Amino acid sequence: MDGSLGYAPVQEDIKHAHTSNRVIILGALSAIATAAARIYAREGAALVLVARNEARLLALAADLCARGAANVAVVAMDLEAEAPNAGKHIEAWKTQLGGIDHIHLVYGYLGSQPEASASPAELSRIVTSNFTSAVHWCEAAANLLRRQKHGALVAVSSVAGDRGRQSNYAYGAAKGGLALYVQGIAHSLAGTGARAVAVKPGFVDTPMTDGLKKGGPMWASADQIGKELRRAADRGGPIQYAPGKWRIVMAIIRAVPAFVFHKTKL
Amino acid sequence: MVKTLSAESPGLAVGLRRSYGDSNLNPDGRVIDMTGVDRIISFDRRNGVMRAEAGLCLSQALQVLVPAGWFLPTTPGTRFVTLGGAVANDVHGKNHHAAGAFGASVTRLKLLRTDGAAQEITTGDPLFHATVGGLGLTGLIAWVEFRATPIPSAYLDGEDTSFTRVEDYFDIAAEKKNSFEHTMAWIDCSTKGAKLGRGIFSSANWAPYGDLAPHLEQPRRNVPLDAPDFTLNALTVRAFNSVRHELKRMRHGPYHTHYDPFLYPLDGIAQWNRLYGAKGFYQYQCVLPPATARGGVTELLKTIVASGQGSPLAVLKDFGPNLPAGMLSFPMEGTTLALDFRNQGERTLRLMADLDRIVAEAGGRLYPAKDGRMPAEMFQAGFPKWQDFRAYVDPGLSSAFWRRVAG
Repeated sequence: MDGSLGYAPVQEDIKHAHTSNRVIILGALSAIATAAARIYAREGAALVLVARNEARLLALAADLCARGAANVAVVAMDLEAEAPNAGKHIEAWKTQLGGIDHIHLVYGYLGSQPEASASPAELSRIVTSNFTSAVHWCEAAANLLRRQKHGALVAVSSVAGDRGRQSNYAYGAAKGGLALYVQGIAHSLAGTGARAVAVKPGFVDTPMTDGLKKGGPMWASADQIGKELRRAADRGGPIQYAPGKWRIVMAIIRAVPAFVFHKTKL
Repeated sequence: MVKTLSAESPGLAVGLRRSYGDSNLNPDGRVIDMTGVDRIISFDRRNGVMRAEAGLCLSQALQVLVPAGWFLPTTPGTRFVTLGGAVANDVHGKNHHAAGAFGASVTRLKLLRTDGAAQEITTGDPLFHATVGGLGLTGLIAWVEFRATPIPSAYLDGEDTSFTRVEDYFDIAAEKKNSFEHTMAWIDCSTKGAKLGRGIFSSANWAPYGDLAPHLEQPRRNVPLDAPDFTLNALTVRAFNSVRHELKRMRHGPYHTHYDPFLYPLDGIAQWNRLYGAKGFYQYQCVLPPATARGGVTELLKTIVASGQGSPLAVLKDFGPNLPAGMLSFPMEGTTLALDFRNQGERTLRLMADLDRIVAEAGGRLYPAKDGRMPAEMFQAGFPKWQDFRAYVDPGLSSAFWRRVAG
């Protein structure tokens, strides 16, 4: 296979922007978070990775260093349990990094709706993971952003939060609530120079969705969504669908009248 | 996960599934998708040694290696291959005569066996030489450590030489192999008589000047749908090859190019395989030893021309004398010819059976990564160490290819 026909040998656009962002990733071991972290690593960012499993965090940190991260610190922490102390932790990481530019909240728990309907423990876990604990971290981040007047909070919500559906309304309500909360933070930050974004992915091929049948045009890869998170930290409105076509899909789904919607099994 | 596999229900680890045949299939059994296991464990920017999990895509590895002034020791014609796949097929590239196949630069790897054993193995260890080129059958490759090659820039200085007869290829190859690190030739399989096997010989070296920018990750073009069946028939192939030949002949001479279009021309077009239509295509790649290569390649081309089933992409390349690292490694000293044929059913299978006879007579062999149909005798004759290899196969692993050729 020859190497030259039909290609202009111009490759000037391929250098990667070098930034010196200081970034916190909450739930760093999720597939989407890892994808976003690798983009930051290539830009030369400094990162603090927070999740429960220290051994896996250390392996990810080595990967990110090899990919170009300026430095990577890992924090093994139960983010749900530590949510009430969110402000204190964020201050500590800020000192450690010498400042914070971006905070990504990526952790979450899909759970099972039938189980949540049967077991209060499962219902609590879904709501705590995706909403109650998450808003504490978001609020702590918002306080920091309001004070410093620059930087971004990016929280992962879901298209499931756009309309209650029988198959996952506990998860949907919690993720939908989180998006509203972040939208409020974005409003409170208006004009300060700082920003907040709720990213709503559609179907993403990650370990979280391993129980579902995958494939087809509506499924995205974790790498694609990782790129959307990275971009959301720099630009775009407070609610961003990922990929963007879900904005249209969800507008249609929200518009379907109940008497039609109730005939579906969605 | 690995330990749940057994001789009764064997599994197979797979990567990006760029092998064309059935060496990455395990019908009625399980496959383990390794592409999520893609962390870089360490990369020493001073000596170019990288250790990474087997699912790491070579494209991603290059994103890290190139800016630091390093390149893969050798690379196949696509960067969408995992590190584990590169080892399991002992892949080769345009620099084989200079660098050997991929396995030659692997310093160490970790193998997980389905009995629960985990072993770090290295050159000299028989299991290592079974695993390199071992088609994923000796255990699950957890990580691979390899030595990268230093590059002065991300660009190559190349030159194209056109030739009108396949015999000339051998003279040009012999002349260029000492002065160029990368060589290969594209051959037109649709011309007969005096023009049989006209082609273009490309040769290149890393350019001493230029920056270290890695490739763009987005493909430049996409093929969104399967092409209709008439797209690549004998006529269009001939027209395509003629135009290509003329264009290349016109720019005969030296050029300076980024490594991406030179080493990975097809990666610029996402889902290029769809150009062959829904029925797909067969790949056929053989290697013939030096003593029989001239006569054998000419004979192969004559047979293809006579069949009227033109191969739009036919590539010739000389492998160097480096001893293969693996018991089942495909590359050996000689000349390799790679072809693809649009799937026209029986007709195409008959042609390939004819080609098999020529290859077998010449003492050559076929590339398992590109094969979906070679008879067991052909495999066993081509890879005399297959019986020794057998002793290292993990009983909990198997593939459609292995069951077919080693039964």
